[in-house]
Amino acid sequence: MSNLLTWKEVPKGAFLEKPGNAADYETGDWRSIKPVWIAENCIQCFRCWVYCPDAAIMTKDKKMIGIDYKHCKGCGICANECPAKPKALEMINESDSGDN
Amino acid sequence: MANLKQLSQQEEFFTPGHRMCAGCVAPVVVRQVSMAAGDTPVVIANATGCLEVASTIFPYTAWRAPWIHNAFENASATLSGVETAYRALKKQGKIDKKVKFIAFGGDGGTYDIGFQSLSGAMERGHDIVYICYDNGAYMNTGIQRSSATPQFADTTTSPAGSVIPGKIQWRKDLTAIMAAHNVPYVAQVAPSHFNDLITKVQKAIAVDGPAFINAMAPCPRGWRYDTREGIEMTRLAVETCYWPLYEVEDGQWKLTYKPREKKPLTEWIKKQGRFRHLFTDENKELLEQFQQRVDEEWEKLLRRCGEM
Amino acid sequence: MQEKIALTGNEAMALAMKQINPDVVAAYPITPATEIVQIFSDYVSNGLVKTEFVTVESEHSAMSATLGASASGVRAMTATSSQGLAFMWEVLYIAASYQLPIVMPVVNRALSGPINIHGDHSDTMGARDSGWLQIYSENTQEAYDNLIQAVRIAEHPDVLLPTMVMMDGFIISHAMENLEILSDQDVQKFVGEFKHHRPALLDLDNPITVGPLALYDYYMEFKRQQAEAMRTCKPVILQVAQEYAELTGRKYGLYEGYKLDDADLAIVVLSSTAGTAKVVVDELREQGVKAGLLKLRVFRPFPYEELAQALSGRKAIAVLDRADGFSAFGGALFNEIRSAMYDVKDRPLIVDYIFGLGGRDVNLDHIRKVYADLAEIAKTGQAAQLVSYLGVRE
Repeated sequence: MSNLLTWKEVPKGAFLEKPGNAADYETGDWRSIKPVWIAENCIQCFRCWVYCPDAAIMTKDKKMIGIDYKHCKGCGICANECPAKPKALEMINESDSGDN
Repeated sequence: MANLKQLSQQEEFFTPGHRMCAGCVAPVVVRQVSMAAGDTPVVIANATGCLEVASTIFPYTAWRAPWIHNAFENASATLSGVETAYRALKKQGKIDKKVKFIAFGGDGGTYDIGFQSLSGAMERGHDIVYICYDNGAYMNTGIQRSSATPQFADTTTSPAGSVIPGKIQWRKDLTAIMAAHNVPYVAQVAPSHFNDLITKVQKAIAVDGPAFINAMAPCPRGWRYDTREGIEMTRLAVETCYWPLYEVEDGQWKLTYKPREKKPLTEWIKKQGRFRHLFTDENKELLEQFQQRVDEEWEKLLRRCGEM
Repeated sequence: MQEKIALTGNEAMALAMKQINPDVVAAYPITPATEIVQIFSDYVSNGLVKTEFVTVESEHSAMSATLGASASGVRAMTATSSQGLAFMWEVLYIAASYQLPIVMPVVNRALSGPINIHGDHSDTMGARDSGWLQIYSENTQEAYDNLIQAVRIAEHPDVLLPTMVMMDGFIISHAMENLEILSDQDVQKFVGEFKHHRPALLDLDNPITVGPLALYDYYMEFKRQQAEAMRTCKPVILQVAQEYAELTGRKYGLYEGYKLDDADLAIVVLSSTAGTAKVVVDELREQGVKAGLLKLRVFRPFPYEELAQALSGRKAIAVLDRADGFSAFGGALFNEIRSAMYDVKDRPLIVDYIFGLGGRDVNLDHIRKVYADLAEIAKTGQAAQLVSYLGVRE
């Protein structure tokens, strides 16, 4: 508990002055299955992006560029909603993936 | 028409790292509302509920915009006060930006315990967009029935038993009740139909005065379906006409989406564990009753919208 | 410049609110506080205040909207009584924990049931542990003066706690009394421009999260911090009183001692009953009885050290509680006074009288009886009964 704030240090009335700092919090370790992006199948429709509950689809310059595994909880919505044929997102077991 | 690629270049007011369950659709609603708000400065109030607790576990907050939580039943009243403070400061020349005020509440905090507060705020005409993320039960406390719960759903306080087959009552039609407040804009939305949702939220934001939006937000634990099917759940709810997409703009009812072919209700409910008990021989009649009521409600809406 | 004028308690409270000129008022009418809201809305309608007025649909929403406004960084007020205060209960605690300097006149009225509209202290006694400062007023003048001072106290950066200012329902709220009032300008100057001493919700360039979830790893630190604000705000109350005395000539402390210093027999009481008791004290003094009175003004924070000092040396003390505690051991004031006296050497005997519930009249004879009882207790060194009821049909 040593890195936690003392009663003299906590913000008055619990007014939290760090907007959006939850982005520093990792939820990726909740996953049991993980989406894998198959770039060559991607049609850049952004369905995965608009439907992701965790804003874990990374985009840059109007392009889908991958998955934010720090936050992706592995719900599978992205793969389910991917309209590409064959799909550009596939769910695999977390234990089957070598890395993160 | 929302151009997703363009929207992806905006910063959203809701960040990842929130602790809503995997596959929860409420954050999808919040994100799409954020996409609709775009650069408009917003101040947000949140009723107690899943979204509130899971997004602001001290010392973390998933909100980039000013955000306030007070209690369960009073998001509307709290935001009334914030919006009034804004008007006071504006009148005094201490603030010049145009700010929009958005409230989020679940169906518990909106249909039930927060209903009085919501009704009061709408009647008084505050410049508030109230967004209900309707997951059809008190999910935060462990799936108890609410007045938004569909008839026959099995919840922990309307358990499907040998005598009582789940929730007895039909759900409260809150969207229509809000329309009866004669506020400038009321709409029902589903995140599967993001174009519709984003367009409606943009309309609600553009309105000067109160607006209410009822957004279906499935809960994988409460409805008992595979987490990957969250968006499919709202799509099927729309396609079966259980959850029609419509708006009431200055008193004019308008259907904003009409399924090409109305799907049978079973297409939607067969995927959900909370309706499993309806698929037995002895409950066949209930299933028919359920479908019949959905048909009636749909026709009522079509008449209201001048579609028949 | 002060002006002498005759007003009812409600008129005086409404006038003080007008002179404070808050940015936002959200309120709901309730007997006997309705007039405050009504008169104030008249000021709003006629452009006599800058206030944005929200006619909410309940007291719960009144406190919720006031909280929202206060967290936004403006001066926000409401007013209520009895059931209205009870309906606000949940949000009272939240306002205090957010450390929002909301100021609220409360007209004391009995809580249901049975339903009753007249004065007793069961409403605010129930809210005594909500984290609000509580200041009780004897009469219209005090109600007016206390409300103005409350703004300065609540908003002081070392305090930042919501504050309620009480007066007795009907007895004061509806009785016409002479009082001295300040000019609008003097009140404005005294309370000053509202400053928020930390980021507010409407600081758009510095977005904050108000009301996060704090679990077992943080909740206690927030409560400890909140307790500290209450524990250390007494000097601010006294400093504000001092400045107010310089402006008006009217002196206020945490309590008022009336012929107390050399008294053998003392009554401790809140609010309007002190006026009745003072008459009896004078009477007894003429008869050579060393009677005195302590009228507590600030009940929260509870000034236990000052009270212990003021009450030590008495032979017998009667605490008059205008609310039962239903603890089977008397009212809250009694319990706290007894606790404050625990460390006093040769502590006096202390008894409790529950009185005046639901507006039951308390007259000079009742008070005479209490002093007579105290004389007996002082003489015999024994109290026949620790807690008794005054003016009830046996």
